[in-house]
Amino acid sequence: MKLVRTGRWITLIALALLAGVFVRALAFTPVERVQGPAQKIFYLHVPSAWCAMLAMALVGIAGILYLFLKDPRFDRFGEASAEVGTVFAMVMLTTGPLWGKPVWGTWWTWDARLTLTLFLFLLFLGYLVLRGAVTDPGLRARYSAVLGICGLVLLPFIHLSVYMFRTLHPQPIVLKPSAPSLPGPMLTTLLFSFAVFTLLYVGFVVQRYALGMLREQAETAGGGAHA
Amino acid sequence: MLLAERLRHAFGAVRALDDVSFTVQSGQTLAVFGPNGAGKTTLLRVLAGLIHPHGGTARIAGGRRAVGWIGHQPQLYGTLTVRENLRFWGSLYDLRPPALAARIDALLARLDLGEHADRPVRALSRGLVQRVAIARALIHDPRVLLLDEPFTGLDRTAAETFRRLLAQQAAQGRAAVLVTHNVEEGTELATDVAFMRAGRFVHLAPRAGRDAGAIADAYRAAIGGADRGADA
Amino acid sequence: MPDWWRHGWIVARKDLLVEFRSRTAIVSAIVFTVLVLVVFNFGRDPTAVAAIDLAPSILWVTFTFAAMLALNRAFQLELENQALDGLLLAPVGRSSIYLGKLLANLLFVGIVEAVGLPLFALFFNVPILPVILPLVAVIALATIGFVAVGTLFSAMTTRTRFAELLLPTLVLPFMIPPLMWAALTTGALLAGRPLSEVGGWLRMLAAFDIVFVTLAFLLFPATVNE
Repeated sequence: MKLVRTGRWITLIALALLAGVFVRALAFTPVERVQGPAQKIFYLHVPSAWCAMLAMALVGIAGILYLFLKDPRFDRFGEASAEVGTVFAMVMLTTGPLWGKPVWGTWWTWDARLTLTLFLFLLFLGYLVLRGAVTDPGLRARYSAVLGICGLVLLPFIHLSVYMFRTLHPQPIVLKPSAPSLPGPMLTTLLFSFAVFTLLYVGFVVQRYALGMLREQAETAGGGAHA
Repeated sequence: MLLAERLRHAFGAVRALDDVSFTVQSGQTLAVFGPNGAGKTTLLRVLAGLIHPHGGTARIAGGRRAVGWIGHQPQLYGTLTVRENLRFWGSLYDLRPPALAARIDALLARLDLGEHADRPVRALSRGLVQRVAIARALIHDPRVLLLDEPFTGLDRTAAETFRRLLAQQAAQGRAAVLVTHNVEEGTELATDVAFMRAGRFVHLAPRAGRDAGAIADAYRAAIGGADRGADA
Repeated sequence: MPDWWRHGWIVARKDLLVEFRSRTAIVSAIVFTVLVLVVFNFGRDPTAVAAIDLAPSILWVTFTFAAMLALNRAFQLELENQALDGLLLAPVGRSSIYLGKLLANLLFVGIVEAVGLPLFALFFNVPILPVILPLVAVIALATIGFVAVGTLFSAMTTRTRFAELLLPTLVLPFMIPPLMWAALTTGALLAGRPLSEVGGWLRMLAAFDIVFVTLAFLLFPATVNE
């Protein structure tokens, strides 16, 4: 099927570029003075956090569109985006402690941002579990849409909380009111990584979406044969 | 009073309604017979507005307020008494206390439930519960009745009372749609008869004096071997 | 009284009457609250940790668990005999049904909290009287937020398998922000901090309530309309 192939190509290109990110981050970006080499993990951690947030936001937007238009394509997209988002959230949650141990001296700390990103991950899991618990496709789509929209609305509360607490977590570097505060080469690498991760997200989602479509077709065909 | 136009609905790959159209006028009772899984309950739920159909329109004069529903589930709260249940459902239909109390008493008397009025529904027998469910459905004096296998659980006398009640309703110009898989039960009340199979009406005609036996023969001819085991 | 509010109140009154008849849920929720408080008491080392340091989290964990019991019940009782269909058929707005459920749940959780709070003060020897008004305000604000979300989700989960397990899984991520603000505020209040210090958190709680109550009203029809 065409869509599967398109997704596969996007993913392959993104993976090749990801290798580029690694090379650039390790060899061509200066070492941060205070944090040392551990800071390099930033180039994975921050973009995956971005992708996880993006995935959740798009799940919510797909939910809104589904409720208004009742088009199953939005539901399929939501499912794909949530599964891919879960993977990025997992990357975010594993790279975080890897960086935290050498820099903070602890794997995990119950700081607000950490806690809430953990709950973003749990939100994804809840979404997928809910999908698994409902068998009727129409009901499943509506329920998922409702949960997705609530998740989308929860995001700003998560983001706001960063500013509300004295926290160990570094303040957001790029998405903040004043100009980005990162030296030029580091910022370039980070932005490059952002772009690559977003592309990776797109590739994954396109593939997952196409798979979802194939599965539905198979189920419809199977159901038709029985009837 | 009730209009269904080219209704279509599907659950996943299963077609529950496939191009169903009919009208029911004041005083008419349409009986829809079909095997289990033919889409009868879906049809009623679409008519009641509980399911938004994928295609076509269903319209009832007077909207939701005009609909009375009797299904195989009584839609009652087991821990509340008969009177409390009726009071709750009545007040949802905007009946105010004095009129509501009078209406409840009248229904209790008509359905011979007077002595059970203050017993919790949970303590009643299946047949009594179904009678309460009937009172519940009639509480707001609906102009259109939607009946989903309403005879399930009724003993012979209760079924007879219920049949008389429905006949009265029809005489007062109420319209009704009755779905059941049991031809014997529904025929007597029907002015019109439809057979349903795999989401489609395969027969729709006035009863025109046919008795249950004649309808049953026609039903077997129309539904054929596909209906074996439907009554199981 | 506008119609939608009156219908909502009719539904809530019916729920409370059903609850009052059996009393199983409210009694088990209260017993559960007492048990959790007792377990916490034995679980901590009084020589090492002062009660006041643990108090806010104990209070909120207790209330969270108790609320879960209430939320599962709300739509469960409508599934008995398919009463939910009757509600949907009645000429009342979907939002009235949600309102009714929300009011009943709030009252239910409120009663459990009203019993739990004095017990908590007693067991952990925490002086709550001097800060009782702001404390009640915080509890009310946080409760409204997570009960609103929980009521919405329970309308979905009751019709799935493993409803009792699924509901907490879905609601907890949404409970964490209000719970966190509430616990921090409670801690500050119990430590005798001035009210001005907790203003930001209270505002966040209020914002959360407004946003999610509105959202729940908007989304509820989607959970019951087919």
